[in-house]
Amino acid sequence: MFFDHLVLGAAGEFLNIGDIIVTLVIFSLLMLLLKKFAWGPLMGVMQQREELIASEIEAAENSRQESHKLLEEQRAILKDASTQAQQIVENAKKQGEVSREDIITTARAEAGRMKDAAVQEIANEREKAIAAVRDEVVALSLLAASKVLDKEISEEENRQLINETIAKAGELQ
Amino acid sequence: MDHGAPMKEIFGIWFNLSNVMMLIVAATIVFLIAFISTRNLKLKPTGMQNFMEWIMDFVKGLIKSNMDWKDGGRFHVLGITLIMFIFVSNLLGLPFAVVVNGDLWWKSPTADPTVTMTLAVLVIALSHYYGIKMKGLKGYGASYLKPMPFLLPLNIIEEFANTLTLGLRLYGNIYAGEILLTLLAASASTGILGFAASIVPMMAWQGFSIFIGTIQAFIFVMLTMVYISHKVADDH
Repeated sequence: MFFDHLVLGAAGEFLNIGDIIVTLVIFSLLMLLLKKFAWGPLMGVMQQREELIASEIEAAENSRQESHKLLEEQRAILKDASTQAQQIVENAKKQGEVSREDIITTARAEAGRMKDAAVQEIANEREKAIAAVRDEVVALSLLAASKVLDKEISEEENRQLINETIAKAGELQ
Repeated sequence: MDHGAPMKEIFGIWFNLSNVMMLIVAATIVFLIAFISTRNLKLKPTGMQNFMEWIMDFVKGLIKSNMDWKDGGRFHVLGITLIMFIFVSNLLGLPFAVVVNGDLWWKSPTADPTVTMTLAVLVIALSHYYGIKMKGLKGYGASYLKPMPFLLPLNIIEEFANTLTLGLRLYGNIYAGEILLTLLAASASTGILGFAASIVPMMAWQGFSIFIGTIQAFIFVMLTMVYISHKVADDH
């Protein structure tokens, strides 16, 4: 027939079952061998890589978080330190103020005290000086009087008299 | 061009020895490529390992576009082996054909309907097997009544149509390519003039055949995954 060679399996008038069997066997064998020697190991490596990448990403994420946390910590510490420093400065200022106030008060008190003492001293000296002058005046007066009277009067009586006179004179002044 | 085939009967079963030889050649080449390129596997891939991984990812993408990876992962090895085996088989007949005593020995194994139909039936049988295994007999049976019960006859016909088209599409493409190559080669061997006239179309057709061989390998695996996912996946 003209169309004979177009019929399936046209090579013969029979179905070549042998080819079917051979195809099946060879293909199955190839698949098994490849699975064992090629695809299996390759898939294993790809799986391994996938896991590696996943773990690397996770590690990177972790370290990122870690560094973020550290940064926050450092920032907090820095902030704390600056607050503390400010506080210290503030304290020192306050302390300085207080001690300044203190020193000034003490100095003022001291000065006052010294002034008082000086005034007292001056007053004392004046008293003393006045007393000494008085004594001197009395002695001089006595001397003068005895010269004038040319007579030895009892010194005690005279002194009494002269003192009264001087006191009177002081009052009159 | 109408070459015979080296048929031989062993234990009452007929073998096409050229098919047997070419299947073994194709399987050997695929195995060697895969085996050699997966020696020395590294986490940081180089050279052929990249290529192999690309193929794996490509097939993985094909499967994923049809079904869940949870269901489809088990077909990964089948898909990679199929695509490489069919690709290599398609290309085997391109560089030359060997005819001994009127029998065609060297050709693409996929230029034979018996081989392609066997692969197609294997795939469809696998799809039924996994359909029953993963959805149970009830779920498998119910899939024939979807989307409407009266479509049952169409669904049954579809199974046979799928099998036939899957196998014959591959066979037809490759066989046609080889026939045209044989014709061109025959005209090229008629003399200087014939050679000059056929060298350009010959090269063009060989290039196109490489393209067709690649596309057909891709389509075969793609449709394999589509048919399997019809049987295996819960939703379409």
